[in-house]
Amino acid sequence: MRTIDRTSPSGSTAVQGWLLLLPAFILLLAFTHYPAVATLIDSFYSTPKGARPSVWVGLDNYDVMVHDPVFWKAATNNLWFALATIPCSIGIAMAMALWVNERMTGRGFLRMAYFTPTVLPMIAVANIWLFFYTPGYGLLEQIAGLLGLPAHNWLGDQHTALGAITVVAIWKESGFFMIFYLAALQSLNPSLREAAAIEGASRGYFFRRVLWPLLMPTTLFVMINAVINAVRMVDHVFVLTRGGPDNASTLLVYHLFQVGFSYWDTGYAAAITVVLLAVLASVALFQFFVLDRKVHYK
Amino acid sequence: MKPSAPSRLVYNDPGWIDTLAAWLLALLWILPLVYAVWTAFHPSEYSTRFSLLAPLTLDNFAHAWAAAPFARYFLNTMLLVGMILGCQLVLSTLAAYAFARYEFPGKNLLFALVLVQLMIMPDILLVENYKTMARLGLVDTLLAVGLPYFASAFAIFLLRQTFLGIPRELDEAARVEGASAMQILWRIYVPLARPVYTAFALVSVSFHWNNFLWPVIITNSVTARPLTVGLQVFSSTDQGVDWSIITAATLMTSAPLLIGFLLFQRQFVQSFMRAGIK
Repeated sequence: MRTIDRTSPSGSTAVQGWLLLLPAFILLLAFTHYPAVATLIDSFYSTPKGARPSVWVGLDNYDVMVHDPVFWKAATNNLWFALATIPCSIGIAMAMALWVNERMTGRGFLRMAYFTPTVLPMIAVANIWLFFYTPGYGLLEQIAGLLGLPAHNWLGDQHTALGAITVVAIWKESGFFMIFYLAALQSLNPSLREAAAIEGASRGYFFRRVLWPLLMPTTLFVMINAVINAVRMVDHVFVLTRGGPDNASTLLVYHLFQVGFSYWDTGYAAAITVVLLAVLASVALFQFFVLDRKVHYK
Repeated sequence: MKPSAPSRLVYNDPGWIDTLAAWLLALLWILPLVYAVWTAFHPSEYSTRFSLLAPLTLDNFAHAWAAAPFARYFLNTMLLVGMILGCQLVLSTLAAYAFARYEFPGKNLLFALVLVQLMIMPDILLVENYKTMARLGLVDTLLAVGLPYFASAFAIFLLRQTFLGIPRELDEAARVEGASAMQILWRIYVPLARPVYTAFALVSVSFHWNNFLWPVIITNSVTARPLTVGLQVFSSTDQGVDWSIITAATLMTSAPLLIGFLLFQRQFVQSFMRAGIK
């Protein structure tokens, strides 16, 4: 009979462990770690052109970036996009979850309606929204027309294009975040509510003093996801505005796409990627060192 | 006890204002979809005119289907989604088993390196991954669309957690019976983790069915394009095509997920929940 010794594994089990890990790890190295490091290195090299290979250019690509007005436009847009989508989608998600968690008429329908945008392809729903926004024809225009408001080209106007794509993003992700709140609410002890009722706490008080703090870990988890989404969500920009008009609705990843794959300026694209990686890494570090230490109610 | 206490027990049940607000929000949320369904199933002259007498038609779907190689796109997406899911399940099961039940030098470091992918998704590393695919001669192939996603840190993490929760007594008993490590994995761990596999599968399938950015970069021909890219090419190049046909195409590409979701709503919601709560 074989025995296994847990405290000091023999060499062969260590080798087995490595072998089991190997295939997944090679792929992770090839498509996550290697490209992340290669991006950093490439950001210090020029873009190879024709017969000219890339050469070390130091911080030139970053210099181009700092002097690229479109980059700053994309960064500012992305900041506004994040500042609008994160709190709005979290607030709506929380409201949705609180409602769906109650014994409310048509609860099944409500949950379905809220969650449906999550399962649909962004590219597909963006087409529907495009139709919505179309001037003189779309539904929005018809409603505005009924109310006697003038026609407005929502996607073609520099002042409203970014807002229009922000609304689509909020619509798409709120239902997804609702799920996490719903799970948290369902795990709460029902006696909390009874106790609050007996104490005569008002609804608002109960939410502020009991639900809100108990949902805090969920809110922070959702917030991290919302930040990541604010960086990577660009599919709808391809359909709705293509970053226009005059870069009014371009986002960082969309700008990266244009620089890398429309202008094929891979050196500069690497510099932009480094900025994005830095943003994501700081989110990760914040989560790891600040949140994971502070937020534990269990 | 005060006589009013029992009635207070329902004090924070939703009132009619909540119900009304919840319904308004739900109608607003579902409106784009309802509108798309309306447009797709009616002749184009009714796309912005609402009348109960409007005739129903499937012509828009027929037109869309004929106007672009959607059959091929469907095939590509299904192959892609199947290929990615298959590889993810096999590779992450093996890796998660190693992390959960083996001791080897560097285990913690390796696990931390795996978790890096949770933050730095392949979709940000477009330029370098494109170069890698070019070096491998894989540009414009289905394999290139799927390859960066075959190893999923998320799946490894999820399965490791599940495997760690399985009592060790089970594998010791199996070992006494003479089962090998792989047999234990296959006969004990995999069956016990089935709900997690279902949850991950639903999340993975909906993610990759919907994925767009990487596929649009790495593909440039009909033979490799998945549905999302095909739909984008269709709706952006054929300007002047009427909206009814575009919405029909839009619904067509989302239909399998949408129908699956409507039929298995509970599983979908629970899977997303299970996958999200780590």
